[in-house]
Amino acid sequence: MSGRVLVGVKRVIDYAVKIRVKPDNSSVVTDGVKHSMNPFCEIAVEEAVKLKEKKLIKEVVAVSCGPQQAQETIRTALAMGADRGIHVEVTGKDYETLGPLQVSKIMAALAKKEDAQLVILGKQAIDDDCNQTGQMTAALLDWPQGTFASEVSFDGDKIKVVREIDGGLETIKIKTPAVVTADLRLNTPRYATLPNIMKAKKKKIANVKPADLGVDLTSRLEVVRVDEPPQRQAGVKVETVDDLVGKLKEAGTV
Amino acid sequence: MCCIKSSEWRRMSLVAVSPIYKCLMFVLQAEVFPYPEIGNEEVEEINQLVAPVERFFTEEVDSAKIDREAKIPPETLNGLKELGLFGIMVPEEYGGLGLSNTMYARLAEIISLDGSIAVTLAAHQAIGLKGILIAGNEAQKQKYLPKLASGEHIAAFCLTEPGSGSDAASIQTRATLSEDGKQYLLSGSKIWISNGAIADVMTVFARTEVDVDGVKKDKISAFIVERAYGGITSGKAEDKLGIRGSNTCEVSFDNVPVPVENVIGEVGSGFKVAMNILNSGRFSMGSSSAGMIKKLIELTAEYAATRKQFNKSLSEFGMIQEKFAMMALNAFVMESMAYLTAGMMDRPGLPDCSLEAAMVKVFSSEGGWICVSEALQVLGGLGYTKDYPYERYVRDCRILPIFEGTNEILRMYIALTGMQYAGKALTGKIKEMKKGNIGMVFGVVGKKLKSSLGGSVDYGLTGKDGVVHPSLAESAKKFEQNVSHVGSTVESLLYRYGKTIVDEQLILKRVADVMINLYAMTAVLSRASRSISIGLRNHDHEVLLANTFCSDAFFKNNYLMTQLQKHSPENNDANIKKIAREVLENRAYICSHPLERTF
Repeated sequence: MSGRVLVGVKRVIDYAVKIRVKPDNSSVVTDGVKHSMNPFCEIAVEEAVKLKEKKLIKEVVAVSCGPQQAQETIRTALAMGADRGIHVEVTGKDYETLGPLQVSKIMAALAKKEDAQLVILGKQAIDDDCNQTGQMTAALLDWPQGTFASEVSFDGDKIKVVREIDGGLETIKIKTPAVVTADLRLNTPRYATLPNIMKAKKKKIANVKPADLGVDLTSRLEVVRVDEPPQRQAGVKVETVDDLVGKLKEAGTV
Repeated sequence: MCCIKSSEWRRMSLVAVSPIYKCLMFVLQAEVFPYPEIGNEEVEEINQLVAPVERFFTEEVDSAKIDREAKIPPETLNGLKELGLFGIMVPEEYGGLGLSNTMYARLAEIISLDGSIAVTLAAHQAIGLKGILIAGNEAQKQKYLPKLASGEHIAAFCLTEPGSGSDAASIQTRATLSEDGKQYLLSGSKIWISNGAIADVMTVFARTEVDVDGVKKDKISAFIVERAYGGITSGKAEDKLGIRGSNTCEVSFDNVPVPVENVIGEVGSGFKVAMNILNSGRFSMGSSSAGMIKKLIELTAEYAATRKQFNKSLSEFGMIQEKFAMMALNAFVMESMAYLTAGMMDRPGLPDCSLEAAMVKVFSSEGGWICVSEALQVLGGLGYTKDYPYERYVRDCRILPIFEGTNEILRMYIALTGMQYAGKALTGKIKEMKKGNIGMVFGVVGKKLKSSLGGSVDYGLTGKDGVVHPSLAESAKKFEQNVSHVGSTVESLLYRYGKTIVDEQLILKRVADVMINLYAMTAVLSRASRSISIGLRNHDHEVLLANTFCSDAFFKNNYLMTQLQKHSPENNDANIKKIAREVLENRAYICSHPLERTF
């Protein structure tokens, strides 16, 4: 086994920022807005680095798809302990329409190219909440998947994954190579300390184009309109149940 | 003299006779225009470094708890060490981050979110270990810097004594060379030492006997003293109004053996080392105050926008709006001054920016104090309670005008340094006059006539080849007018007082204030010009801030300079001194009570 782990990291609008919709309702305002690494991707990086520290795997490669700024996100992963990075350059219109289908194709291609033993991704991104990339990547590679992982451990040549599901926890054992997606309770990501950020400057980030990987970026989706959630209306108090039924009938809901 | 063209004559005389033009380093345009820039790579690096620090302070630092318990929890301290914040400017080869003054200032913006942490870190690296960094030899650096940079050892700066605060040269702690000449025995007491109880390595200043051309003299030397040498005791932690999480205490030295290798720089050069250390750390107060005010603006604006009275939100009332404008203006000026100074300090050749740094410190400490108070005011009663951070910010800020050189001392320094060059130039002229060089006299008189006849002042800031953007031209003109006015004001002051001006504090205070305003105006004009030229986001707002500040400062400067004129009716100094004398003689308020009777 190569002992190499691929970790996907996405650059998203910071979780603390107040999102605003562009006046033309085409998308969300990103200009001058604070961005950072998707929190679930941080957890994914932390898990990969932990595995390397336990000497269960040999190399952590951080991957990000996007324009020039995606390199900042890769650098953060490097500062957390990843060994090298791959920046898949996607810009302009392609970047606007980049979604799980395209990213999973890229991740699959890279997993094969880099002979990865494991691909770890965040379970979803906080901007689109798709929760698809991990699953699609596994399907394209025809690899087993351990999604919503809250615990990952090596068991011989298999991986034991404890999954957070609606009913509670589910434990599965999957063969490697495999795809795992990180859920909230998997770990607490470390801070990228300033000395590590400085050291990370020396680590390499390779530049790759989707075409080099033979990936077609055309989107199957078209965003028609983006709106803010409707303003919460004030509630109305009623005196009796009859009043309540009357109001509901008025509103046409009964 | 008479064959020179009048325009040339005016320029020559302005340059030669207006010494302020020369000595105000910031009017040397090459230094301050354009506003200092850092490379793309550095900008990226700063953004990278800022992110985890911001996160740490938002998520892991409980400022209320630190203030309440008067202690920084060990986990927090460890987190700071791991982040690398104990060795920001220590070169990488010694285990530090090796960052520039500019980067240090940027990080100071975030660290200032907690006053106690800010002071602990500053006492450690801005002054505690700075001596080793700027004046230490290779052996000392190799021995001490690595552990200091990692935070394994903490540093402290020991200069102040019970009898020697502002008058630092009068310290009494003594270091006597042993018989075998291998070590010094250090004895004395220091007070107000930040990190005094937790420091492992201290920079201590003491009097030493030095041989100067066969004469034995007492001069101050700087020493690296390890707590491990023994004989060092720390007093109880001072119970302070603010920055309560920062440890401040007395440190006593009882015949502490210090190896001769631990003298920093030359024996007897300690005072200079001390001044250099203090001068090099001051500028960051600009960015830390700015960072704090920016945070307060966010918190306070949230409240002002939602709190309603008289059916309007607070943000609709003029007096509240004024407070926000004041906070924004202050933050803008402080930032501009701090990064201009840091940028100049980062230039190759280690330029001396102690004058500028002092100006930044005075402006930022007083501006910060006023702003936090006004922010608290916006919240009214709520701001007064401990449930909100405002009262803590007020308490933490009160130390700013006091430490790192009291603002009173720094104003003296600013005024006298500024006037020093003026004095030298003028002395030359006066000598000429005494020699009977009539041409010289005509020169001076002629110049005064020309400028008072309203010849326009032009230092080349505006116009076709001007360095200031046209939308700031008005402000630049006001600035130029102020500068020229200051020149003649200082000249006439020196004529009037000569050397005794050193004792005229009320006069020097005004001169200092004018100079601080001028530096501030330079900083905002330079910064805003750059912002427009490169099209930074919201540069229109910057122009608005710059013009507003310059207009305000222009009138303030004019008033100050009016008060400085001979027999100025606006000047109440004589009365003020008389009142003070009568009160201080009696050590009390001396008026009879208004209810008293004589019959």
